[in-house]
Amino acid sequence: MEQSDWPTVGREWRAETGALSPAGLTSQLGLHRRENDMADVANQVANRIPTNLVVNGVRRTLDLVPWTTLLDALRDHLALTGTKKGCDHGQCGACTVLVDGRRVNSCLTLAVMTDGAEITTIEGLARDGALHPLQQAFIDHDAFQCGYCTPGQICSAAGLLAEGRAGDADEIRELMSGNLCRCGAYPNIVAAIQQAVGRP
Amino acid sequence: MNAYVGTATSRVDGRAKVTGAAKYAGEFTVDGLVHGFVVEATIPRGRIARLDTSEALKVTGVLDVLTHAHRPPLADKVEAWKDEVAPDEGSPFRPLYDDIIKFNGQPIALVVATEWETAKFAATLVRVEYQEDHTFATELETGRNRATEVKRPHEPRGDAAGALAGAAMRHEADYFVPTEHHNPMELFATTAVWDGNGRLTVYDKTQGVLNVHRYLCGVLDKQPDEIRVLSPYVGGAFGSGLRPQYQVVLATLGALALKRSVRVVLTRQQMYGLGYRPATIEHVGLGAKPDGALEAVMHEATAVTSRYEDFARNDSGWAEQLYKSRNSHYSHKVVRLDVSTPCDMRAPGAASGVCALECAMDELAVALKLDPIELRLKCYSDRDQSEDLPYTSKQLRECYARGAEAFGWSKRNPAARSMRDDKELVGWGMATGVWEALQMPVAVRIVLTANGHAEVFCAASDIGTGTYTIVAQVAADALGLPIENISVKLADSTLPQAPVEGGSWMAASSAHAVLGAAEDIRQELARLASAMPSSPLAGIDAAEVILVDGTIASNGEKSRAVPITDAMRYGKLERIEKHKLNHFAEDKSHARNTHSAVFAEVKVDEQLGVIRVTRVVSAVAAGRILNTKTGRSQIMGGVVWGIGMALHEETVMDHRFGRIMNANIAEYHIPVNADIHDIDVIFVDERDDHINRLGVKGLGEIGIVGVPAAIANAVYHATGKRIRRFPITLDKLLT
Repeated sequence: MEQSDWPTVGREWRAETGALSPAGLTSQLGLHRRENDMADVANQVANRIPTNLVVNGVRRTLDLVPWTTLLDALRDHLALTGTKKGCDHGQCGACTVLVDGRRVNSCLTLAVMTDGAEITTIEGLARDGALHPLQQAFIDHDAFQCGYCTPGQICSAAGLLAEGRAGDADEIRELMSGNLCRCGAYPNIVAAIQQAVGRP
Repeated sequence: MNAYVGTATSRVDGRAKVTGAAKYAGEFTVDGLVHGFVVEATIPRGRIARLDTSEALKVTGVLDVLTHAHRPPLADKVEAWKDEVAPDEGSPFRPLYDDIIKFNGQPIALVVATEWETAKFAATLVRVEYQEDHTFATELETGRNRATEVKRPHEPRGDAAGALAGAAMRHEADYFVPTEHHNPMELFATTAVWDGNGRLTVYDKTQGVLNVHRYLCGVLDKQPDEIRVLSPYVGGAFGSGLRPQYQVVLATLGALALKRSVRVVLTRQQMYGLGYRPATIEHVGLGAKPDGALEAVMHEATAVTSRYEDFARNDSGWAEQLYKSRNSHYSHKVVRLDVSTPCDMRAPGAASGVCALECAMDELAVALKLDPIELRLKCYSDRDQSEDLPYTSKQLRECYARGAEAFGWSKRNPAARSMRDDKELVGWGMATGVWEALQMPVAVRIVLTANGHAEVFCAASDIGTGTYTIVAQVAADALGLPIENISVKLADSTLPQAPVEGGSWMAASSAHAVLGAAEDIRQELARLASAMPSSPLAGIDAAEVILVDGTIASNGEKSRAVPITDAMRYGKLERIEKHKLNHFAEDKSHARNTHSAVFAEVKVDEQLGVIRVTRVVSAVAAGRILNTKTGRSQIMGGVVWGIGMALHEETVMDHRFGRIMNANIAEYHIPVNADIHDIDVIFVDERDDHINRLGVKGLGEIGIVGVPAAIANAVYHATGKRIRRFPITLDKLLT
């Protein structure tokens, strides 16, 4: 990326203040960010975009402001709160869902980008009351404590299985490392996925 | 009868958690719910000179912006703000109370809008000008010379300084544990539901609904029946939810201001403005005879606190329980800085203090050319020296033996840098863990219905620790019913009293409350059964009756039995309801502790400095284990936390701005799946007839204690480098 593609905030405050001073940095950064925001988006708040999603097999149509993430669309607009928000920055994996069968961080996906896509969330994994093998394996192996990262872990594991890459424990550990678990259930998560794969 | 207690019962809330049905605080919704977004201060100390909300208010969908100058009333008296976990000394932080800035990241406004996205955007339009006070300080080490002693975990014994100076072998060093943040996966959140007429139902992320209830009644000047607090599921907390956090004040304040239901969810970044494990300098001095017998133990902790509250825990006193020494001195100092108040974080005090003590013991063992276990056995204390008391039970020797055997410790070459696996250096280290076995008054209500089902009610929270499950197990056994017939309702301020869920006290405390209420139900059923016409139990003494397999039966002769449902039908009872508050007998004749021995293997790439923890064995003595499945998970989680503490976790402050630089969960490193390899949890048999009826001690904290030291000691064994500044990152190994 060319230098000119970067936001100019960093260079400008240096030019204006000359030195690194706490007062200069905080006020300058704040001012620039606010004015950029105002120019870009202040007039768009009321502009909504119709978005069609097929969520867990059900077609849903939403009118969303364009910056609504898939995660917020699911949680706040469709009341599907099984998908969790843990960081909103793609750092923790709690919001993992399957989009057209691929595991994605729904917090890094704008809902409008998934117009027409098939979305599977944790609520869509069990069929007719029967748990998905991964869900049962997570219970069997106590692969969670607080349960907050669990929907993301299970959706991620479902994606991993579909990728056909859960070969051994090392591979599972590596490919599940985008899903943080603060309770520290990792060894049980690996064991649960191995059970679901049928390779204990 | 123990069909469930002591078994590997799967979590009773498991299905709710794997299907997404479990609802957390920020997930309850009602018609007309609106959303609040927090604006934080960007300076560490000063005043708000001007706070302009006019642009934010112009945004379509924004309903109001609350500030210190524009909000419903808040209590003025300090006492109202003191929750049950608040430090004794100081005045708690009050969100949106006035124009004073006490720490960077302090909430200064709440933008409320019909949609979350709108509130978040409008929050960027709130203009703030500060009157900055540049005399702020946020660094522990430069403030060390003005530390204030606030606590002595135990009174000194003998002349520790003199004995240390005269000891044949002396080890003295500073160990540094950085600030760490809990980072539970769930964001702190509150949904305050407006019930009309100033009444609120508050879904909050908390470890104690009653603590939050009392606090809100105080700060909002409400009657107890005007506020109800619930936290049916808590997405991790690890201590961060012990005290009411500011979002619960903001959400309820918003609801009262707008007379509407308001939800406030903090961002991950904002959560770094809540409590944390305080950065601490642990100074440890050990003096020993050549054979390893300790002559002196000195431990002084110097920790961060805020300017408005003195937070202090027992970092430095743990040698009093672990190691015999005629002379000892323990103290705790604080440095008051322009930061938010620290708070309890998994094994507060012990996680940091025992880490330093156990690293120091390892250094002493190396200096004395003794095996680290041999040194610990040489100093092994069968009594708590502070009060000269025996333990209710202490199977720590067995922990050393079982852990060492499972780990293969006897194959260890004691020399540093002596073991290799291909290109990697291999290190084996060990450490001791210790925590308190606390128990608190808890009440439960059990309702047994005529169809043979029972409901158990208690205000206690389950923060992932397994309270739902152990309560169901104990109730099922005590009532003689299958666990499927037990339902457990927790974490509602209208339910029978429980303290905050913390300190590892909830398992023992809730289990015995269940036993108490079940005992009353048993008495009533025995009375009914013995009175039934031609009853096989006619005239039987209630003390001879047990509840088993859905029947009321003679303890000596189980064929003499009456189905519970028959007895209730006979008594024309649809339900039997018993409420019991359990108090544990005051007993100062024994010390109560849990113990562990932790063994760690690390492999170190010498060129890159990369450290992998390839194996951990944790042998734990914690009385009776109510559930071996969830119990093992708790210890495993503690070990993972210990690995993070040893190698990853550090909140980094830019002291020029008094601002945290890595306030997110990508740059604040916690262990990920690929960091965690074999963890072997061993529960050592520890029968304890003294501590309580079930012999239960609690497991929430003991799992982490000692783990960082075992890893640091293993790193020394692998590399010959002693890193006393945590976390042990590769740059420290390469320099």
